[in-house]
Amino acid sequence: MSLLEVRDLKKHFPIRTGVFKRTTGHVYAVDGVSFNVEKGETMGLVGESGGGKSTVGRTVLRLTEATGGEVTFEGIDVMKASRSDMNTLRKDMQIVFQDPYASLNPRMRIRDIVGEALKIHGIGTEAERKKRVADLLETVGLNSEHAERYPHEFSGGQRQRIGIARALSLNPKLIVLDEPVSALDVSIRAQVLNLLEDLQDEFGLTYLFVSHDLSVVKHISDRVAVMYLGKIVEISDSAVLYTMPQHPYTEALLSAVPIPDPHTERARRRIVLEGDVPSPANPPSGCVFHPRCPRAQEICTTAMPRLTVMGDAGERHEVACYFPARFGDGKRVVSDKPYTDALPEPKA
Amino acid sequence: MPDWDQQPPEEREVYGSAWVTEADGVDGRRTAEVVDEVIEEQTKPLGLWADTWRRLKRNHLALVGLGIIIVFISVGTVETVFYQMHWHVRASAQAEAADAPGYLAPYDPNETNYDLSPSGLGSPPSWSHPFGTDYLGRDVFSRTLVATRVAMLVGIIAVAIALTLGLLLGPVSGYYGGAVDSVIMRAADIFFAFPYILFVLLIMSVLGQGFQNVFIAIGVLGWATFARVVRGQILSVKSMEFVEAARAQGAGDLRIIFRHVLPNSMAPVYVAVAMAIGGAIATEAALSYLGIGIQPPNSSWGLMISDSVDYLAAGNWWWLLFPSLALVTTVFGFISFGNGLRDATDPKLKE
Repeated sequence: MSLLEVRDLKKHFPIRTGVFKRTTGHVYAVDGVSFNVEKGETMGLVGESGGGKSTVGRTVLRLTEATGGEVTFEGIDVMKASRSDMNTLRKDMQIVFQDPYASLNPRMRIRDIVGEALKIHGIGTEAERKKRVADLLETVGLNSEHAERYPHEFSGGQRQRIGIARALSLNPKLIVLDEPVSALDVSIRAQVLNLLEDLQDEFGLTYLFVSHDLSVVKHISDRVAVMYLGKIVEISDSAVLYTMPQHPYTEALLSAVPIPDPHTERARRRIVLEGDVPSPANPPSGCVFHPRCPRAQEICTTAMPRLTVMGDAGERHEVACYFPARFGDGKRVVSDKPYTDALPEPKA
Repeated sequence: MPDWDQQPPEEREVYGSAWVTEADGVDGRRTAEVVDEVIEEQTKPLGLWADTWRRLKRNHLALVGLGIIIVFISVGTVETVFYQMHWHVRASAQAEAADAPGYLAPYDPNETNYDLSPSGLGSPPSWSHPFGTDYLGRDVFSRTLVATRVAMLVGIIAVAIALTLGLLLGPVSGYYGGAVDSVIMRAADIFFAFPYILFVLLIMSVLGQGFQNVFIAIGVLGWATFARVVRGQILSVKSMEFVEAARAQGAGDLRIIFRHVLPNSMAPVYVAVAMAIGGAIATEAALSYLGIGIQPPNSSWGLMISDSVDYLAAGNWWWLLFPSLALVTTVFGFISFGNGLRDATDPKLKE
């Protein structure tokens, strides 16, 4: 059993207009996402902005209620958990936010911010909590004397460390990292990433790492899921995904990552996608990627292909495409004939 | 490469120790050490209030306003505390000494015939009566001082009532939204849509005239302003990430409202309070002027202005000038302080 199992997760935000707040449509932020996260591994979730990555993270923690689907954490159904069950679950599942400036209450001292969860869950005495906060601050590389200060006295990197200390305070098993380094300077990024890796080793943490930055995800993730318009289009072990991408969207994303070698950089072929990401309020019919896909054919407009194992890299590489790239004998082949196994099962 | 973010200051090599010798230092300490200390000193933890005060200090108009507020509130407080006792003692002492030293008001504000002019219309300002006397021979200076007490009481109590109502309804409206929000905000719209002074007149005619009813009428009408201000703030604060973070930690609604949302929503409320006190004082004056606020023989600036207008043609300018001046100064004080406070707490205007 995986630590976290997500089945067919959906989150549709209603669009309301007019005086009477009539629902005139939906934003399909997350539309049928399934994946498993094993204990101790890091699952990366990448994609362009507006792709629904952050919403997945938040719905898993039930910070926003899902429209449909199932989230199972250690066998407990998160979506149906009662208030008291949810309280227990909160201790095991935590989150670190993107914006270190917005995610700390400016009117609270660091001691109260980091120790709040302990107080809420009634853990320890006042003195014990104080000790624990000091320990946590040391753990994330801050000074325990910083506890008496206010957030505005810290830099972005330090604030993010405080956010991490807060997430650690309840000894969680899973931490959702929602773009934890995107708002930081490049020089600070590596430090925070290393800290996250050290903490994972030390406490046996499992991460769900949401990011739009492919190089960061490559660095930290064991597995990576690529999202486009609320759907996962490819999911695989990190090493395989970066060397043998099968989905055209993954290829395009990877080709946009700069390579720090001018010769390779100049020589390589860059795939530039045409147009913008379509509005998630009005997703294209068929495969959501087909209007921008260089390989799109007629079959692509009929139905969204389902995630299918292609076999090239074993069971753990799945792709949702009728024309995936295949890697045999070290050669990359794209077939002209659609891969019909990816057709969705006809509805009964 | 050194890791600036992680090492405590004393282990840093920021200043390149190679060229900093003992001789360069201060009191035998290395320069780097001293510089670090100075930096530490100057970047001392500065609370949000200290930060606001630092910016408010540079706004001279706001400081003038604050000064006016402090003076008038002190006068009002002293009058409130000593009012009864003072004139009681004075009454018994009057037989022996004509003018025993008083607390603030030099004469009994209600005592008549102090100094009537030959025409019987009160006398102009003189050394014994600095603001002159009115048509009954009452000392205008004493009456203006005593009216300060009324003005301050109205300002503070009426706004306290309005604030309490606003702080009960505003957060509910903003935090829960939906139907509750619609009902509360439409009610507020109705209160705003009515001409203010007419509404007060209406309430006063229902409640009847009287000291407390002035407070109640002004207070009950003021809630809508505060409810709106608080609601707007809460709407923006509740979608901030630290609120979501608190929810992820398992915080309940009450904790989120009182620990996270409200403390971060209050700055514009303080501004609104300062402004509203000025407004309430002006409203009380208007009501008294119209004859439905404070009743004679009690003293109120509005009442004094009203009394004086009838005699203005006879050239008795001092009855009108001094209470008007007191009223204008007070309202100006509260509003300019409120304005300064808004500038000082508005993060967008941060330099």
